[in-house]
Amino acid sequence: MKKNNRSFVEQIHMDGRIWGLSLFVLILAFPFALCLLYGVAPKWEPMLRAMLTVLPMYWAVGIIEIFAYVPMLGAGGAYLSFVTGNITNLKLPCALDAMERAGVKANSEEGEIISTISIAVSSIVTTLIIILGVILIVPLTPILAHESLNAAFAQLLPALFGGLAVVFVSKNLKLSIAPMILMLVLFIFVPALNASTVGIMVPVGVLFTILVARILYKKGII
Amino acid sequence: MEFSVNSPILFVMVGILIAAVLGQSVFFLWRALSHAKKKGMDKAIIRKTITSSIVFTIAPAISILVGVITLSKSLGVPLPWLRLSVIGSLSYETIAAESALRELGLGLEQTIANAADYVTVAFVMTTGIVIGLLLVPLITKKIQGGMLKIESKDKRWAEIFNNAMFLGMISAFLGYVFCDVTLVFSGNTTGLIPVFVMLTSAVVMAICGLLSQKLRIRWITDYALPISLISGMAVAIPLTNWLG
Repeated sequence: MKKNNRSFVEQIHMDGRIWGLSLFVLILAFPFALCLLYGVAPKWEPMLRAMLTVLPMYWAVGIIEIFAYVPMLGAGGAYLSFVTGNITNLKLPCALDAMERAGVKANSEEGEIISTISIAVSSIVTTLIIILGVILIVPLTPILAHESLNAAFAQLLPALFGGLAVVFVSKNLKLSIAPMILMLVLFIFVPALNASTVGIMVPVGVLFTILVARILYKKGII
Repeated sequence: MEFSVNSPILFVMVGILIAAVLGQSVFFLWRALSHAKKKGMDKAIIRKTITSSIVFTIAPAISILVGVITLSKSLGVPLPWLRLSVIGSLSYETIAAESALRELGLGLEQTIANAADYVTVAFVMTTGIVIGLLLVPLITKKIQGGMLKIESKDKRWAEIFNNAMFLGMISAFLGYVFCDVTLVFSGNTTGLIPVFVMLTSAVVMAICGLLSQKLRIRWITDYALPISLISGMAVAIPLTNWLG
């Protein structure tokens, strides 16, 4: 069992590294290929100024996200999710729900299998829906740009995390109280915290909850 | 070559990249399914995982498609299609594109007219997200190794540690739902919309759980998350008309 576990996870790591680094090169090559195709160079000054605005924050958040999400996603799920993106609004809830229903833990071999299957299926379906949408973009645009649908899509995250919270909070009630109170207080009373900064608060929430969990565990409360 | 944001050659280039990313997902799916079979895992669980993942993905995927349409006004279809199919998320891509367009003296409502501007935006959007793509293959094994070390020392603590991470993430998003509630004091009720949407979704999820346990309607468990998600989003429409 232990040997099988090791060999499967080792295999996933090897596949993930090969795929990940190959795709890294391929994706990074895209803007360079555009330069060659059109025989132009980027406009250096505006590009560097925009990069200075965007890169420090997004690289910092990107690095923190890796440490926060990789243990939750499992190896296979992480290698897929960090390529296909949309982790918090799609891949992670999808994998968490699948593992919860299958009754497996993220760091077990079964958890690894279920998480990888759910994220791979989700990635394939997302890609296919977007391909279909791109093909049908002309007739679909007025429908998808409709006011009512916009109102519904704007509330995707509250609708998603409401349901997910019931599952996880009900099973970990004692552990949930402190992080929920902290986040409520912070988001209500700190004006800088909003939709665009929620990503930064995820690692804060994770670290705080781990700290609370450790104290409660040591005191024998959980 | 003459430039257009919707040039067929751009569709071909982006199509190749997306095919490669799709290839990775198909490969990992095959790898996981083969191992599940080898391990003799319950086929019904695997089947349910696949079907519920498909159902759950539809609504968020359509919202990503809406993002492609939003950005396509300025950037054409191929670049947003690539950026939102690979790594990107709408919030990041919009900020990255807006920053680059602003520096070029353009906006999200104007279509890019020359290749140099387009390439500039493509570089900013791509370099912003590559950090995860580069680091995940390099450090995932080490992070997973750390998790296994925790588990080998204390299995119970490893389980609590895992749950703590999930709850930490969920609590951050629950906090975010309440970020605009104080607007009520200035007569603006829009901040209540996400709160009511979240409550609706939570109540629907709880009802699904009760139906599944008390009335033994087991299939509901498999689709409880997509049902609560769609219910919450559906309620957002009248709520926005009322409070928006």
